[in-house]
Amino acid sequence: MTRRALVGSLAVASGGLLSGCDALNANQGWRDTLRLAETGNMALQRAIQGRDRLAREYSPRDIGRSVPANGTRAPTDADYLKQAATGFTDWTLTIDGLVEKPTRFALGQIRSMPKQTQITRHDCVEGWSAIGKWTGVNLAHLLDKVQVKDSARYLVFHCADTLRAGPYYESIDMEDARHPQTMMAWALNDELLPIGNGAPLRLRVERHLGYKHAKYVRRIEAVADYRLAYGGGGGYWEDAAGYEWYAGI
Amino acid sequence: MTDMIAALDPAEPALAPQAAPDIAPPVSEPDHSHVLTTRIWHWVNLVSLIALFMSGLMIFNAHPRLYWGEYGNRDEPAWLVIGQQGSRGFLEIGGQRIDTTGLLGRYEDGEGQMRSRAFPGWATIPSDYSLADGRHWHFFFAWFFAFGLLFFMAFSLLNGHIRSMIAMRAAEWHPRALWRTIVDHARFDFHTAPGEAYNPLQKLSYIAVIFVMLPLMIITGLAMSPGTDAALHFPSMMFGGRQTARSIHFIIAWSLIGFMLLHVALVIVHKPLTSLRGMTIGHRR
Repeated sequence: MTRRALVGSLAVASGGLLSGCDALNANQGWRDTLRLAETGNMALQRAIQGRDRLAREYSPRDIGRSVPANGTRAPTDADYLKQAATGFTDWTLTIDGLVEKPTRFALGQIRSMPKQTQITRHDCVEGWSAIGKWTGVNLAHLLDKVQVKDSARYLVFHCADTLRAGPYYESIDMEDARHPQTMMAWALNDELLPIGNGAPLRLRVERHLGYKHAKYVRRIEAVADYRLAYGGGGGYWEDAAGYEWYAGI
Repeated sequence: MTDMIAALDPAEPALAPQAAPDIAPPVSEPDHSHVLTTRIWHWVNLVSLIALFMSGLMIFNAHPRLYWGEYGNRDEPAWLVIGQQGSRGFLEIGGQRIDTTGLLGRYEDGEGQMRSRAFPGWATIPSDYSLADGRHWHFFFAWFFAFGLLFFMAFSLLNGHIRSMIAMRAAEWHPRALWRTIVDHARFDFHTAPGEAYNPLQKLSYIAVIFVMLPLMIITGLAMSPGTDAALHFPSMMFGGRQTARSIHFIIAWSLIGFMLLHVALVIVHKPLTSLRGMTIGHRR
């Protein structure tokens, strides 16, 4: 039997199985059933994590060659390009929505707030990992300044980059928002954030996969339900490709 | 009974009466039937493993490189890479590259189109590239796989399945007994000692699969999850990092496929109908 024939017969044998799987995969009832796992995974992980259990931190010698840029590597939005050209001196972060004091913070103001530094592992949904040293301001510190209302259950992060299916955004719940390691980072490995990694300001939400860590963040909106924002999935990739909203796994 | 076990290993007759008579199947003819929990688990596990394997290949396709250690990415050296160069597909292991066009890296889909993908569409769920859908399938069937294994282990320990069918008797660890069963297997002679459901080689395979490989799949799987890793550091730390866990997950997945093919081949050459009946209907009464 030649290799080609062998491969061919394997392909035919799996063909029957696969067309069945592809038909199932296109069935909405089946897709909804599969998605039950996300609810279970989140419940199980939250149960064993507790509120403040920290993601592992590493020593400086564990830092790798790079933290590869993925998704948007360089935004082409006109407004962003204008900001980048002036070194982001006019960049602001607005926090509004269900808060007592909606506020627009200047980038310089954020950089002069109490610093938090952590060396953590960035895990991409694709399977790769990179270790880097992130510096920024604890998100809870910002949330306390604007006094988030009790009715706010989620934060929606509005970003300055637009991909094929629309503007990037992400959302997390208040438990992750107030986690001790969750921060708005402005430096990576002791340098100001490079554009590929989300300059000038990005989210770090360490117990989640990379796509939750919104880059180029312009506005944080406290909401009662993330499902009312954009496409309803709670994030760009959730809407565009069907990724899980809960990205702890 | 002593005589017959002595025939298997004449040097150690004193160690023979190990099996408690109340749990040993009838001596006259080996019983190929399985209790209900084993039968249910076997088939649930088969479906889960196939779904997990094929959706796992889809997930691998999103980043077809493997590393050792805590981290690894396109800027770091990989020990295994599946990729394409021009119109050719290749597999690279430890720096050695072989051309795999048609199978890995580049393949021809049903419409005759050449596609660049690590594992071809006919081996993945779904057959079109979708990391999100591959993950949905994977994490759905992972529940059946993980809790199925947990329940099977618990039931099998309680109902004596492990003790009576899979546990190695002291005499079976004797090197001569092990060598004998290896030689027998090489000759396609799969007889079991009277009163035993499996011979030592079969028992060792089942022990390796049920108690080592399947649990390792769960632990390495958990080690890759940032949420679980934050809660329980040990899974990824016991392997020296997330990327090592990912590599081991990949290696054991293929080993399990190897086991499955061998298992099916052996069932086919040795009493296929009796074995199949024993694993489906159960008792022949």
